[in-house]
Amino acid sequence: MDINAILFPVLVLGCMGVVFGAVLGFASIIFKVEQDPKVPLVRECLPGANCGGCGFAGCDALAEAIAKGDAPVNACPVGGAAVSEKVAAVMGVEAGSAEKMTAFVKCQGDCNKAKTKFEYYGSDNCAFEATVNGGRKTCNYGCLGDGNCVAACAFDAIHIVDGIAVVDKEKCVACGACIKACPKSLIELVPYAKKVRVTCNSLDPAAAAMKACDTACIGCGKCSRACPVEAIEMIATKSVPPAKLAKIDYGKCVGCGKCVSECPKGAIVKYN
Amino acid sequence: MDLFVTLMAAIFVNNFIFSKFLGICPFLGVSKKVETAAGMGVAVIFVIALASAATWLVYNFVLVPLNLAYLYNIAFILIIASLVQFVEMFIKKSSPSLYQALGVYLPLITTNCAVLGVTVTNMESNFGFIKSLVNGVGAAVGFALAIILFAGVRERLEKCPIPKPFQGFPITLITAGLMSIAFLGFSGML
Repeated sequence: MDINAILFPVLVLGCMGVVFGAVLGFASIIFKVEQDPKVPLVRECLPGANCGGCGFAGCDALAEAIAKGDAPVNACPVGGAAVSEKVAAVMGVEAGSAEKMTAFVKCQGDCNKAKTKFEYYGSDNCAFEATVNGGRKTCNYGCLGDGNCVAACAFDAIHIVDGIAVVDKEKCVACGACIKACPKSLIELVPYAKKVRVTCNSLDPAAAAMKACDTACIGCGKCSRACPVEAIEMIATKSVPPAKLAKIDYGKCVGCGKCVSECPKGAIVKYN
Repeated sequence: MDLFVTLMAAIFVNNFIFSKFLGICPFLGVSKKVETAAGMGVAVIFVIALASAATWLVYNFVLVPLNLAYLYNIAFILIIASLVQFVEMFIKKSSPSLYQALGVYLPLITTNCAVLGVTVTNMESNFGFIKSLVNGVGAAVGFALAIILFAGVRERLEKCPIPKPFQGFPITLITAGLMSIAFLGFSGML
């Protein structure tokens, strides 16, 4: 047997391997992407949950943005002040104060207060139920309580209580995962420190809203007139007559609670 | 016309996933969301087009003249793996946005059997350079089509009340089988 029959292929393939290896080696030098040495340092300070609450693709992406200066050092809503201080130390700037936020479900139409228009036997999935004539609740804006937000929360901070989702504000890190999961766009981020909140999202006209739920905002505007600092605005739909919904400007709200006592439907609540 | 027939045959009739059962791993792994499935599909088109060209050149200008054509398997794997690595580095430098879109999928394709399958098919059918390229792109478009369709089905499956024993991969595999039967309908076309 001719030994060359083995040696030659081995040699050829070996040469190919060496050539490709050399090309890759040179390419790795030529195409080297300079990485800011601060990026891994910043990345180490971040929680690493990759929740996307900051609006970037993950902690790595945020670290890169912070190092580049595209994002503030307190951009991570999950880590809060502790993390932003560490990041600020790496970046050599002052941390500044990020206002602590919490997710909030704008609905209190639980099993006792909200009416239903049909019995629903489908799968336990809000997005799915919402496709069936808006879900079983008479109010088309309320919480369906199938818990898509519960499943989305990585921090065990949101639970279904009496058929509606309730946020545990101590556990909530304001990552925003539940906001994306909710097919009714019912959840929003509110400042943790502001206790007075409109707990209704209904843009039904007053009569319909009143029929659908015991605690619906009927858009009467009493709260808006009672507010000493003009922090409550009535959002109106374009329909005729317009349906209205109270909305609190948390920048102005002083938390006096006058609107709470003024609201005839109990749709504005002061939380502790 | 001949090229058009080759392209259509590669996309529908000889669909890599549904009639040749190659590339099943990314097909099942990266098909949970339409968005990621589309990213994977585009990355596969990109890599297979390049791999078809590169392997054709090496096969016809290196392996055949040296009487080493029987080494095609090992040589193709070597070429594809190096090529993918090189492309990854190249786009990381030249186009960060493209890297963000394709980057995470590229390493997954490095040793994908669909890529190797296309190049071996090209070689065994004695296709010319252009025809190899067309066949490769067609096969990759077929792959992308299959994975995007499948991801669409899986997104809806997620929301269905599926009996416990079928949840997860069982129902996924059954779905894949049904889609494969559907693609069987194309087999008499060309």
